[in-house]
Amino acid sequence: MPPLNFSIILPLLVLTVWACLLLLVDLFVKNKGITALLAALGLAISLGITLSQVGATGTSFNNMVVLDGFSTFVNALLLVSGLFGIALAYGYVKRMGIERGEYYTLLLFSVVGMMLMAQAADLIIVFLALEMLSIPLYVLAAFARPNVNSEEAGLKYFLLGAFSTGFVVYGIALVFGATRTTSLAGIVSAANAASSGTSSLLLLTIGSALILVGLGFKVAAVPFHMWTPDVYQGAPSAVTAFMAAGAKIAGFAALLRVFSLAFPSLASDITPIIAVISALTMIVGNIIAIAQTNIKRLLAYSSIAHAGYILMAFVPYGQKGVVATSVAAGLFYLVSYALTNFGAWAVVIALEKAEGNPSTGSGQRGLEIADYAGIGRKHPALAAAMTVFMFSLTGIPPTLGFVGKFYLFRAAIAGQFYLLAVIGVLTSLISAYYYLRVVVTMYMREGEPETTSEPWLNLTWGLAAVLTVIVSLVPAPLFDWASQAVLKLF
Amino acid sequence: MTPDLIAFFVLALIAIAAALGMLLGRNVVYSALFLVLNFGTVAVFYILLDAPFIALTQVSVYAGAIMVLFLFVIMLLGTETLPVSKALPWQRPLAFVLALILAGEAGYLLFFRKVTSGTIPQPVQTFGSPQAVGQALFNQYLLPFEVTSVLLLIAMVGAIVLTIKEKGGQGK
Repeated sequence: MPPLNFSIILPLLVLTVWACLLLLVDLFVKNKGITALLAALGLAISLGITLSQVGATGTSFNNMVVLDGFSTFVNALLLVSGLFGIALAYGYVKRMGIERGEYYTLLLFSVVGMMLMAQAADLIIVFLALEMLSIPLYVLAAFARPNVNSEEAGLKYFLLGAFSTGFVVYGIALVFGATRTTSLAGIVSAANAASSGTSSLLLLTIGSALILVGLGFKVAAVPFHMWTPDVYQGAPSAVTAFMAAGAKIAGFAALLRVFSLAFPSLASDITPIIAVISALTMIVGNIIAIAQTNIKRLLAYSSIAHAGYILMAFVPYGQKGVVATSVAAGLFYLVSYALTNFGAWAVVIALEKAEGNPSTGSGQRGLEIADYAGIGRKHPALAAAMTVFMFSLTGIPPTLGFVGKFYLFRAAIAGQFYLLAVIGVLTSLISAYYYLRVVVTMYMREGEPETTSEPWLNLTWGLAAVLTVIVSLVPAPLFDWASQAVLKLF
Repeated sequence: MTPDLIAFFVLALIAIAAALGMLLGRNVVYSALFLVLNFGTVAVFYILLDAPFIALTQVSVYAGAIMVLFLFVIMLLGTETLPVSKALPWQRPLAFVLALILAGEAGYLLFFRKVTSGTIPQPVQTFGSPQAVGQALFNQYLLPFEVTSVLLLIAMVGAIVLTIKEKGGQGK
């Protein structure tokens, strides 16, 4: 047996050990704010190690995990998402009366699962990572119990998540049946060798389609999106923000790893499927969002729509010349979506109130779009930040969302998916209607909004807004890093 | 008749009888105990097939842990006193149809399929032995094994978080 190279998964190991210790330390800490800070410290240490690994490559544990530019990029993004998630939760859980130390431990474990997903080089690890990121999210979604909405969100997410995991496992079993291996690299060579025998390739195609279904569920792609609005609305807002960004990043990382590394031979079968799913996701997400009056549901449908845009980056995954730019555009868009998403949810949290009947979850809780009336006058900075996020989600310059969409559509056109690019532009136009309605409500309507001002929360939306604008003015370094990250993959 | 074959038929009868007893038993506790018996006989089958690792897993995990948990749940919840819930109306016909399909498939495989390769190659003697499983588990599959252990820890923490009673009496 070759010696194990632990440095390959060092950020992950550190975070796992840290989370286990935090579980114990939390018992002796009365002030849960300290638990939050310790959790953030763990993420920061792991982030430091990850950044020190830029450029390093390798595999370990018998090719179960891989370290490359892509995994480093995604891991850094996930760790930053975790930090944002803690910053959002810090004041929120106290205010909502759901402060428990396990919140932060579970969040750390979920980040570990997501990072493992980004480093997976074997379908068994993909499956375990999927569970490891999902189970803490199921629990976190139900964290505001006995609030029925939160309980419903947790149960719904759990049942449908378990169902979709079943698809993934069945898909993996069929792929194993066809190729006799679960290693991503092994599947490629087995598929190439078996290209003469058609029956096993059919099994491989069915298996990969089932894996696509399961991962499509995780990233909330149509038609596997039904759970999203209810779960996003019912779960505590800080959890939703983390779930929307983290689960999407990890899901797309897995899609990219599995499909472009293991199934390139199936590109002709899978590309049309992903194209249709991407188009449907953009159309359905954006159109249903128009009818929403609740800001959490609005952002949920917005999140579905953005899954469609990001999926666009994976459509040309079988075309050698185009795929690298396209996937780099996808990574760039993930960064832009994560940043904007955290900013927008920070504003939602600033307006959310704990009042209302906790057992029914109804009452005035500052979650309707109408509650945003008058912010423009009362809290100009908050309104300006929210305007930036809405612009970015729509794709209006000078915001990161615009640059991200520009790269995405350019990649789609380069891959000659003109129809998809047109659908992307048109649905962005549709989305302007509901995003700008929030802006109009903030500035044009009179109202007496009540907001909460907490240092970490203000920092989150302030930082996110500033970065959304600044990075959009000089996007080249970030895009170059994303391009470098995927260079070795293809 | 070799001793193995005699043992097989005796155990097969016990296994089938236990399964029927579990299905037809009126008392839930008896049904659970019949299932334990069934699991036990299946474990002996595994030993007859030279798979001691699976046999021991069967006893310790299924017959031991899971069935004890079942019995605990049955006794704690007091299912005896619960009213018998009505079966779904379409359940019985559906089960019948599915059973017919399964029987048809099995019959097809047994009687009509042309056997191309003569015999199934005998697996090596150490296949599935505790040593072999341990070697695979702690060498090639070390990382998945460890990840699974962390996963179980997470699930445990999550279950406790969702069910623990708060001091203020908020929990359920």
